[in-house]
Order: sequence, then structure tokens, then C-alpha cells
Amino acid sequence: MNISDLPILSIMLAVPMIAAIICLFARAHSARILALGATFVNLVLGIWLWQHYEIGGAQWQFVESAELFGPIGWKLGIDGISLMLIMLSVFLMPICIGASWYAIKERVSEYMAAFLLMEVLMIGVFAAQDLMLFYIFFEAGLIPMYLIIGIWGGTNRIYASYKFFLYTLLGSVVMLIAMIWMIQQAGTADIPTLLNYDFMPAAQTWLWLAFFASFAVKMPMWPVHTWLPDAHVQAPTAGSVILAGVLLKMGGYGFLRFSMPMFPDASAQFIWLIYGLSMVAVIYTSLVALVQQDMKKLIAYSSVAHMAIVTVGLFTFNQQGLEGAIIVMLSHGLVSGALFLCVGVIYDRLHTREIDRYGGLSINMPKYAILFLLFTMASIGLPGTSGFVGEFLALAGVYKVSTWATLICTTGIILGAAYMLYLYRRIAFGEQKNMDAAAMEDLNGREFWLLTPIAAAVMWMGVYPESFIAPIRDDVSKIVERVAPSTPQLDGKFLADDPGTAQYRVGANTNESSEGSAH
Amino acid sequence: MSENDLFYTRPELILSFSSLFLLLIAAWFKEYGRLISYVAIVPLLGAGFYAFTILTNEAFEFGGDAFFGQYRADGFSSLSKLLIYGAAAITLLIAPRYLEKKSAMKAEFPVLILLACVGMGLMVSAVDLLTLYIGLELNSLAAYVLASFARDDEKSSEAGLKYFILGGLASGILLFGISLVYGFTGSTSFLAINEALSGELSMGATFAIVFVLAGMAFKISAAPFHMWTPDVYEGAPTPVTAFFASAPKVAATALLVRIAGEAFTSQIGAWQQIVIVVAIMSIVVGALGAIGQKSLKRLLAYSSINNIGFILIGLAAATQAGVAGLLLYLIIYVVMTLGGFICLMQLEDKDGNMRSTMDDVAGLSKHKPLLAAAFMVIMFSLAGIPPMFGFAGKLQVFQAAVAADLLPLAVIGIAASVIGAFYYLKVIKIMYFDDPANVIVGSDSKSLIWIGGILALFISPLGWLAFPTMLEWTEVAAAFLFVNG
Repeated sequence: MNISDLPILSIMLAVPMIAAIICLFARAHSARILALGATFVNLVLGIWLWQHYEIGGAQWQFVESAELFGPIGWKLGIDGISLMLIMLSVFLMPICIGASWYAIKERVSEYMAAFLLMEVLMIGVFAAQDLMLFYIFFEAGLIPMYLIIGIWGGTNRIYASYKFFLYTLLGSVVMLIAMIWMIQQAGTADIPTLLNYDFMPAAQTWLWLAFFASFAVKMPMWPVHTWLPDAHVQAPTAGSVILAGVLLKMGGYGFLRFSMPMFPDASAQFIWLIYGLSMVAVIYTSLVALVQQDMKKLIAYSSVAHMAIVTVGLFTFNQQGLEGAIIVMLSHGLVSGALFLCVGVIYDRLHTREIDRYGGLSINMPKYAILFLLFTMASIGLPGTSGFVGEFLALAGVYKVSTWATLICTTGIILGAAYMLYLYRRIAFGEQKNMDAAAMEDLNGREFWLLTPIAAAVMWMGVYPESFIAPIRDDVSKIVERVAPSTPQLDGKFLADDPGTAQYRVGANTNESSEGSAH
Repeated sequence: MSENDLFYTRPELILSFSSLFLLLIAAWFKEYGRLISYVAIVPLLGAGFYAFTILTNEAFEFGGDAFFGQYRADGFSSLSKLLIYGAAAITLLIAPRYLEKKSAMKAEFPVLILLACVGMGLMVSAVDLLTLYIGLELNSLAAYVLASFARDDEKSSEAGLKYFILGGLASGILLFGISLVYGFTGSTSFLAINEALSGELSMGATFAIVFVLAGMAFKISAAPFHMWTPDVYEGAPTPVTAFFASAPKVAATALLVRIAGEAFTSQIGAWQQIVIVVAIMSIVVGALGAIGQKSLKRLLAYSSINNIGFILIGLAAATQAGVAGLLLYLIIYVVMTLGGFICLMQLEDKDGNMRSTMDDVAGLSKHKPLLAAAFMVIMFSLAGIPPMFGFAGKLQVFQAAVAADLLPLAVIGIAASVIGAFYYLKVIKIMYFDDPANVIVGSDSKSLIWIGGILALFISPLGWLAFPTMLEWTEVAAAFLFVNG
């Protein structure tokens, strides 16, 4: 049997699933080792997947299909966007397990099982090609996360776990009804077929709103973001990493995979809603982040602001905007994950997340200070880091649609620099006002090896983003093509033959006609 | 009487004769209650086998009538019977030990269960109002006695009395409706009623339909006729409660579906609105009522009211797909409910006393991880959270509702299910997040552990493997209803 005929996606789902079941019955230490091993196996499989993913090949690759569950088809397959998000998941998972190595002391085997289950569901969401299968994976993610927050979370964990569960559930159930309607209308639950099915414009509006209810909560968009700070603050470090790193991306993935290509008319119709909410979110949550005293809460609010850049980027309907939004998603997954790890590092030592309890850490923790600085800069979007590439592309895309939105979102980035640098100053610089914080040891080997791979990935994405953009380019252009008839034209209309600007043009933009070139 | 009459009624014949036979034995060997209970499973298996052959054999595609069109054996009745017999068999397996502990075990217990099964079998096979009523009363009489089976226990006696009075009231309402139906249509046969009702519906006939439905709503404990349920469920011995929550619910629901889908098919508009309102009310009342409960038995009672609401959504669709979804939901519901009560029965403290309050299960996951896990699976499944198999039932009924253009009902129903999720989560929270109360040591009964485990596995994600088979059966069964609708 040829190795490329193996159902690689099913194997990637089966490995953590089996490991999770064994973990439940294992002792604490063997559960840790098993979980780490299983997530590493999945990482290797993921790398293999990436290497064998044919850029420019068929839209859907590694397709599998089996009639296991009657009308709910076991159909898996990935395009470039799914591939990148799966890579993000499998990359972060071993780091999460490593971050929980000593921090979790109680019920370790159940904890590891919950994380492995989480990995199964994340990969499942990104690989599902059947609408119902997607929904099952999408919703099932609530169960392990509810347990992770509720059992291993902080003092106010019960409230946070309820809020997380019920908020997200309420958002999703309406989507279920919309999905059922779609399946009956189109006669199929096959996602690739549905992508090219034209729903009636009147129906699209309702379907779009139903999907929006779910994805906006998941994303999260202002004003339904309030579950996120609570969940982040109360979750254990690794829980926050996976929540910020991957779970939030499911909302963006949902917009990208369902809302836009399936309901292009409605997407164009509601562009004001997305832009409005995103603009409010960028400014409002950045300001809220500025006054936070709790490190995790600050990063949580910064996540909402970054996700708002993703939503405006997605709803530009042009190549740059979409590519930028996806890169922001990937970058934010890495960076916010790393920032939560950084918080976890000092939280493990001092058991407080209050910013004022720290100070001057660059003196006694130089290695930590350097890595933390790198991630802070990446979060701000400094050139050379992944944040820059994503935000620049996304905002360039937005500029073509609405200059006002660009102005406001860019202001958000400036505010982002303000709160991140302010956070960094209070923690790493200044005098060592607390003796216990001053006595903390620098990163140990384990923590160093958790953070450096993320740092490397952040730099890689910042310096040579082509590796990450190449797989998604074709898929993005397919979406752009699909929504092209509904592309919005706000005030950012590009005049190709504007004589006033013609003399400044040097080359033809890839997406525009080449008439503008003047030498 | 023809050969066919006896051929089609084989399940009831087996159960009737064996119950009479066991009654004789019970009169002489009073102390062998447990053994007789286990023996009584055999006729249930036999009857179930015949029901299964009718369900799966294509030769019986159209079913068969017995006793001059008073009784029908078809796929619909057979699937319902399979569920009823299964629930009864599990009750017989788990009950004796519990009743012996309460020193309430009597050799008549299995006989009563068998007689109730005969009654329920008649209910689901009834295609005539008289057969329907006889079956219903036979089942109810047995159930009244079962509810107060622990007769030295005040609560159990109270449960029996309440059940009797309110059940009697419900039967009265139903009987009144039946007499009105007979008065306006001149027949007691479902098919003849359906024909007579077609065309313009008179005011009196509308009243008849409303009364019949109200009587049935009592029996399935749908809101606003649900008041008796929490008290009876709490008071009755736990295995009997498990039985009440499963088998009679199936029988009464199937009966309601049969009346709606066969006797009143020509007047769907007359009852559809009632079913929709009752469905939404049940979902909401069940969800809100459960929130403040301290007793897990009462919580499961409200949960069953809540679930009946979802089941009725399948009926509200008034299509074969709706009935198929309803049957699938019923199957899953029976498994979830029985599993829930079996988990409840394992909550013993170190003195062997039964515990059943929320406080007792605090931190259960620390000292009884498997029991807590089974409980968690059941709770998530009752809440209908994927990937638990409980989601499949909800999916099917909502699919039917959407296909029948009942979008508002579907949206309201599913949004209300989020309220329900709250109290299921609360149970999980208490078991998993709270500090251990350390009162539960668990039961040493192997059968409880095994049956509970198997039921929990069925509604865990593994259940999806059975999904295609279940769909096939429910479709076969549903093909007999709403034929001209």
C-alpha cells in the first residue's frame, strides 16, 4: 500500500483519541509522558501532511470518506487554510502538555485526557467536510474545555466555566437549525458542494445571521466577548494557550469557510455590521486592556482587539485582506499562546497575576525578559515578526474598501503598542520593588524549550511569510472569486485610470490591471 | 377468531400466560421474589423476539390486524414493544436487590411488571378506542400498585395515591374525549374515525380531539399536565421510578402518535397547534423546574418532562420523518433515563443507605471516577450536546420540524434547550468541580455497574455506530403512520 493512500487525517484524529482513553487509566507520570508522546506523533504527522500538501494542486487534498454514521458522513479533507490551522493546533499541543508538566498536580491523567480530546476535536473541526460532522466537532469542544476550566481553573472557575459553556452553546444552537435547513434545501451536507450552492438571497440573510451568532461568540466579537476574559483568567495556563491559540480561530475559520463563500450576498449586506462591531472592538477593548491590573485579562482583551482586525480583514473580500486576516489568525495563535505561557512562567513562581506584584524582572530573569520582549513586539506588530505581516496585509486590504475603517483599526494598533509596552515596562523594567519577585529564578530548561520554538516560528513567519501564504493563496483566491460579485465598494474605491495618481505608479499590482504603470 | 388473531398477538399471549403462571408460583413461593423476577425476563425476551421478527421481516411490511381490526401488529407497535420490554427487563434485573434492601420485595412484583407490559403492548397496538382504553387501564392499575410498592414508606404510599387520583382523573378526561369522538363519528375504530372526521370539523369534534389529547398529555406528563410527575417519581422506589420514566412513557407516547397519525390524520390542523404549545411548554417548564431541585430524582423527573417536549416536536411535524425522529429520540431517551436512574441507585453510603441529593454527589469524580463519568455522559447526553448520542435524537426531531416548515418551533425549542443545559451542567459541576463530600461508597451490585456502564456507552459517542441501524428501524416503523397525511 502506498504511504500516501493512508487515511492520514483519520490517523491524526485516532492517535490522540486512543492516547486519551489510555491516559484515563494511567498513573500521573505515565499520563504526562503518553500525552507528550501522542502530541509529538501528531506534530510529526502534521509536518508530513504539510510536506505532502501539494501547493497549487487540487483544492481538497487528503480526502477521505466513509459511511460510518448513516447520513452523517465521515468525510475529511483539507485545503490550505485548514492545513495551516491544523499545523497551528498540532504545534501548540506539545507545548501545552509541556506547560502543564509540573503546574498540574491533581488528577493529571484526566487533565491529559481532556487535552488530547481537545486536540482531536480541533483537528476535526478544521478537517471536517460534512456539515453535521463539523457541527459535532465544533460543539463537542465545549465539553473538554468546560472541564479544563472548571476542574483545574482558578478561584472563580465555576462562574467562568458556566459562562463559557452557555454563551457558546446559545450562539451555536441557532446555527444548528440553519445547518439543518441548508442540508434540506441543498440536499447534501457535503461542504465542498455547499460552497458552490447558491442559496436564495432572502434565505441567505437569515442563514448568515444564524452562523454569525455562533461565530461572533466564538471569535469573539464585541459585544459578545465578555466570556473570554473570564475564561482566560480562570483557565489553567495551557487552557488559556489553547483557547487563545486555536479555539478563537474556529470563529474566523467559520466566517471564512461558511459565512463568506456560502452566503456571499448576505456577507456583503452585513458588511456594515462587521465593520462597525470590529471598529468598536479595536478601540474599546484596547482601552480596556490599557487599564487592566491582571496580566491574563490584559492579554485576553488584546485578543479581542486582534480578532477584530481579523474580521475586518476577512470582510474586505480581496486577496490581501483575506491573506492578512489568516496570517493574523496564525500569528495571534502563536503570539498570544506564547504570552500566556510567559504569564504562566511567572505565575508558577509567585502565584499571582497582578502586574504590580512584579517589576524589574529583566534584572533577575534576563532570558525571560528577552523572550517576553520578542512576543510583546510580535503582538504589537513590529516588522520582522509575524504580527507585522498579518496586520499590514489585512489593513492594506481594508484600505481598498474603507479608509475610515483603516484609520480606526490602525489607531487600535497604536493603542496595542501602548498597552503592550506599558505591560512590559511594569513587569520587566523599573526597580525591583518586590523582594519575592526579585528573587525569582530565570527560565529553566523546560520553560526555555517551550518558548523558543514559538519564538522561532514567529520570526520565521515575520521574515519569510511566503511559506505560510503559499498554501493558502489559491484557496483565498477561490473565496475572493466566489464573493467577487458582492464585493463592497465603500469610500476606498481604487481608480485605475485616475490621472492624478498615475504618475506615482511604478508597477502593476497583482490584482489590478496593468494599465496604471507609467514609466 | 382466526389463526391470524393468535399469530399477531403472540407477544401479549406469552406475557399474559406467563404472568398468570408466575402469579400462581408467587402465591406458593413468596420468598423467591428475586428468582421469579429473573425468570420473568424470559417471557419478555420471547415476546420481544416476536416483536423483532415483525419489525425486521419484510413480509410484514403492512403489518396485520387481529380481532376484527381492534389490534394491529406492525413495525411501529413492534419497535415500541421492543423498547417497552427492554425497559421492563432491565427493571426486573435491577429492582429485586433494591426492594429487598427496603424489605419491600414481594413475589408479585415481576407479575405486576409483566401485566403492565401486556397493557402497554395493547396500547401501542391499539387501532380501536376500546382496545386503547383497556390497555391503558391495565397498565395504569399495575402502575398504581407499583408506585406504592414500598408500602411502609410514607412517600411511596403518597406517590401511589397521587398517581392513582391524578391517573384516574386523566383516564376520566380521556374517556370523556373518547365518548365524544364516538358520538361525533359513530365508530371506535381509528380508520373509521379518520374517515368520518375528514372535511369540515364540527365544534364538538374539536372538543373531542382536545379532550383525548389532554388525557394523553397527562399520561406522558407533558406540561401543563405534568404536576404529578416530580412527586410520584420522588416517592416511588427508584427502580419503579426508572420503569415509570421509561416503559409507560414509550407506550403513552406511541399511543398518542398512533391516535394523531391514524385517527386524526385528516385533521392535522386541529391538533398540531396543541402539540406545538404543549411541546414548548414542556421544554420550558421542565428546564426551569429542574433548576432549583436538590433531589436528583426530582431533577430527573423534570428532565423527563423536558425531554417529552423535544419528543413532541417530532409529532408536531406531523410527518413520517417526524415520527421516525420521535422514535429515535424515544430509544435514546429510554437508554438515558434508565442509565440515569441506575447511576442514582449506585449512590450508597457506607451504611448501605440510598442517597439521592445533590450534596451527596459532591466531588463524586474523585472517589468514584467511573460512576461519575457515566453520570457525566448521561447528563451531557440529556442536554443534547454533541458528540454524545443524545444529540442524535434532537437532531432528528429538529430535522423533521425544519422539513415541515416549523422553523419558529425549531428555533424556540433549541434555544430553550440551552436553559436545560444549565441544570445538567450543574450536576456535572457538583460532581467534578466541588470538594468531595465523601459520603458515597458506591454499590457492590455487579449488575447495576454493568448495566449502567453499557447504557452509558450506548449514549456515549460510540452510539453513533448504531445510528444507521436505528434510522433504518425507525423509518420502517414510521412508515405505518400519516399514510394519507
